[in-house]
Amino acid sequence: MPAIPSHVPEPSRTDPALIRNFCIIAHIDHGKSTLADRMLQLTGVVEQRQMRAQYLDRMDIERERGITIKSQAVRLPWAPTHDPGNTHILNMIDTPGHVDFTYEVSRSLAACEGTILLVDAAQGIEAQTLANLYLAMENDLTIIPVLNKIDLPAAQPEKFAEELANLVGCEPDDVLKVSAKTGLGVEALLDKAVEQIPAPVGVADAPARAMIFDSVYDSYRGVVTYVRVVDGQLNKRERIRMMSTNATHELLEIGVSSPEMLPADGLGVGEVGYLITGVKDVRQSKVGDTITSLHKGAEDPLGGYKDPKPMVFSGLYPLDGSDYPDLREALDKLQLNDAALVYEPETSAALGFGFRVGFLGLLHLDVVRERLEREFGLDLIATAPNVVYRVIMEDGEEITVTNPSEFPEGKIAEVYEPVVRATILAPTEFIGAIMELCQTRRGTLLGMDYLSEDRVEIRYTLPLAEIVFDFFDQLKSKTRGYASLDYEPTGEQSSSLVKVDILLHGDKVDAFSAITHKDQAYAYGVRLVAKLKELIPRQNFEVPVQAAVGSRVIARETIRAIRKDVLAKCYGGDISRKRKLLEKQKEGKKRMKMVGSVEVPQEAFIAVLSSDDSAGASKGKK
Amino acid sequence: MEDMPSALPDGEPVPDDGALPAHALAGAADRPLGFYLHVPYCATRCGYCDFNTYTATELRGTGGVLASRDNYAQMLTDEIRLARKVLGDDPREVRTVFVGGGTPTLLAADDLVRMLGAIRDEFGLADDAEVTTEANPESVDERYLATLREGGFNRISFGMQSAKQHVLKILDRTHTPGRPEACVAEARAAGFEHVNLDLIYGTPGESDDDWRASLDAALGAGPDHISAYALIVEEGTQLARRIRRGEVPMTDDDVHADRYLIAEETLSAAGFDWYEVSNWATSEAGRCLHNELYWRGADWWGAGPGAHSHVGGVRWWNVKHPGAYAAALAAGRSPGAGREVLSDEDRRVERILLELRLREGAPLSLLREQGLAASRRALAEGLLQEGAYAEGRAVLTLRGRLLADAVVRDLVD
Repeated sequence: MPAIPSHVPEPSRTDPALIRNFCIIAHIDHGKSTLADRMLQLTGVVEQRQMRAQYLDRMDIERERGITIKSQAVRLPWAPTHDPGNTHILNMIDTPGHVDFTYEVSRSLAACEGTILLVDAAQGIEAQTLANLYLAMENDLTIIPVLNKIDLPAAQPEKFAEELANLVGCEPDDVLKVSAKTGLGVEALLDKAVEQIPAPVGVADAPARAMIFDSVYDSYRGVVTYVRVVDGQLNKRERIRMMSTNATHELLEIGVSSPEMLPADGLGVGEVGYLITGVKDVRQSKVGDTITSLHKGAEDPLGGYKDPKPMVFSGLYPLDGSDYPDLREALDKLQLNDAALVYEPETSAALGFGFRVGFLGLLHLDVVRERLEREFGLDLIATAPNVVYRVIMEDGEEITVTNPSEFPEGKIAEVYEPVVRATILAPTEFIGAIMELCQTRRGTLLGMDYLSEDRVEIRYTLPLAEIVFDFFDQLKSKTRGYASLDYEPTGEQSSSLVKVDILLHGDKVDAFSAITHKDQAYAYGVRLVAKLKELIPRQNFEVPVQAAVGSRVIARETIRAIRKDVLAKCYGGDISRKRKLLEKQKEGKKRMKMVGSVEVPQEAFIAVLSSDDSAGASKGKK
Repeated sequence: MEDMPSALPDGEPVPDDGALPAHALAGAADRPLGFYLHVPYCATRCGYCDFNTYTATELRGTGGVLASRDNYAQMLTDEIRLARKVLGDDPREVRTVFVGGGTPTLLAADDLVRMLGAIRDEFGLADDAEVTTEANPESVDERYLATLREGGFNRISFGMQSAKQHVLKILDRTHTPGRPEACVAEARAAGFEHVNLDLIYGTPGESDDDWRASLDAALGAGPDHISAYALIVEEGTQLARRIRRGEVPMTDDDVHADRYLIAEETLSAAGFDWYEVSNWATSEAGRCLHNELYWRGADWWGAGPGAHSHVGGVRWWNVKHPGAYAAALAAGRSPGAGREVLSDEDRRVERILLELRLREGAPLSLLREQGLAASRRALAEGLLQEGAYAEGRAVLTLRGRLLADAVVRDLVD
């Protein structure tokens, strides 16, 4: 292990020429966190005994699921092997690894001049990594390709070095080979980062401009905002201005992560650090926004800021209606740390009071739901996720539909649905299966490229609604788990969409309505009425279960009337037991929801609506 | 097998002397009083049975107190004497006695007569008292029946279950087909005026035709009363385990409904009328008065291990194990294990759930507003009879009888 570097430049007094800002692009289990840990150790910022695996992932859920949701930034001093007297500052910015957080990733990348492209030497590059690589290339980042886990017996470094070289445009020999686990090759990687990644360039005496690339709520300190200073300097105690909102704040604290928060006098050109202003809500400190000084501040913000836009909606209802206030409070708290989370109250005849919640995507939905259940102890029903539709009526009125039950009844001119550009990487043997799947999901092939002899990249335009509904599960099962998927929203398209209603004994059940393509309405209707027939207990009378588009019934099942519901014997000793059984049955009846005259058990709603078996993409973490 | 679900309810403790709250005895003179005597012995346990019965002939309680078939009549006599003390100066004679089990006829006929004698001694029997015992077709003969008849029994109930060997085998019943029908003739010869046959339908492997054959065989024997029960597969029984293991099929509820309709059709064609969901008789006189006491909220004292009693809105039940039962009586304590004092609402609910099962139905005056609304729906759905409804009574139609529990659930609201 190298000696701890001496003469470490201090924050706010660091020559930009000594700074290297980079991030690591990697697929979830390809070893990013382990590599980051190894870097923390090698640069001496974390002592051996304090080291715990995946130091940078803070939240329990991240640790358990092995995913990284919120990015972090760490300042690492590094004296390169070829120039030990010249200690450099490496700012490592951790990026989220999932498709839902593309915008956050793009801001993290914008804070860097270089990136380490980290790929598992036994598995090769995955779709999400490739998507982020393209993003890095668009941002003109210097790319350092690295194969990890070369100590594994299954590693194929030659094969995948070639693949990476093709993608990045370098020689296979330029691909570094490391083992983050053992530390092999990590020093050489740090040296290469100093050597290859350009130093940041900014105007030191210009008005301060710093870009927010992350914003985290901490219950003790309020919002901690992570920034990259582009021009000028931010100093402690000065007043700053958020350029998108013009809100002003005092800098209560400014500093760097090392990786614990270390207060400093300020941050200069090219530096990366955190600041605390006392705001309590991350929506007041938005990722992508530009911070400047209140006095003699900059006129023009840095480019690239976008408001997060929810793409997927789901109704969240407490299983126990009396938990509704707790759910509201929990959502309020989560929103402090999640600027992309939007919600508004919603009432369902079937499920009672809840919220319609907007998410960036399915992982986002999954993470939020899991945090609500785990951190706030709530039992929730999440309705099957849906996308946002734009409906143009014949009279020109435009209606935004975030809940299928709001789909208008009248004369509709056109319906627009969001579409995405999906990238699928898979072994070539699965091309047929993948194309078949995408075809049935109304996909349009954009192109196909061979990454290597036996791996292919397939690009499709797909309606987001099709991805939201069990696409990822299907993809995984049709490719025996080998395919990986990434997608990004690219706009909307006009489609032949209809609302399928479900009628129980002639009464429409709002919670079961769904918007589907007209060619798929029949299949949806048949599937749902069959499922309901199975789940709803027989009643005293025959109950037709119908699926209808408008007034046209497209599928029908019948729940036969129950013919026997009587205990054969009721003698002396049975009476107490019988009365108690009756009391119990009455309790059970209370848990039934009356839909018109039909008693529907809560479980039926949960089974039909819950996203568990319909929205498989939530399992798309890996 | 009248009175003995295996699991006892939860309740409050019974005082050592068995004393009842004063209000339980208020107005007692206006209510008939019956006795149920439980005999918890069986030669073998049937695969479908979850009643409180024991196949051992001797069972011991704490302190080595012995409960055996030999001293059983004496133990019940002790409890009948306890009943006398608890009911104090209650002047009522006993209207009905019903000996059930288990298998009462595993005891000597003289023992059954002695137990009846204890009731006669302590309370007196009404002149027209109905005195019934259950009987196993294989454990009685002409002499046994004659002894019972001479001792005061005037009604007898045989467990026939089915006329089909393969059905009896699934039920673990050991009697040979034909024997129960012969018993009816023997009972008639011994002078029994009222004879019942118990039948079970819906046994795994039974066909509609098997069931018709059983009904025909039973009718051919000439009883004046038939009880027909859907087979209930109780948790914890051998039959439940066999069904779970897939060795025998579970009978579908719709099949039970079909069999019930066959029973109603066959029995009414033979001159029987239903008077309770599972009970048919040739005449008013053929009805089982003792069971009607249960269904009409009368008082009865259940003596024996695990037996249930009801007096004036207090229900209690004895300890289940014969050894523990014997030990309590030997120590001069009530064998009561627990009791519940019914609230007015409990009694209202019980009346609805019991009386609705009867041919006379339940008065609509028992129903509250929501229950009345539910009754109108039930009427509209054809579950209640229109004529009776117009006269202020909720009486089940044939289809309603099959859905009685569902109707009760709505009517008690």
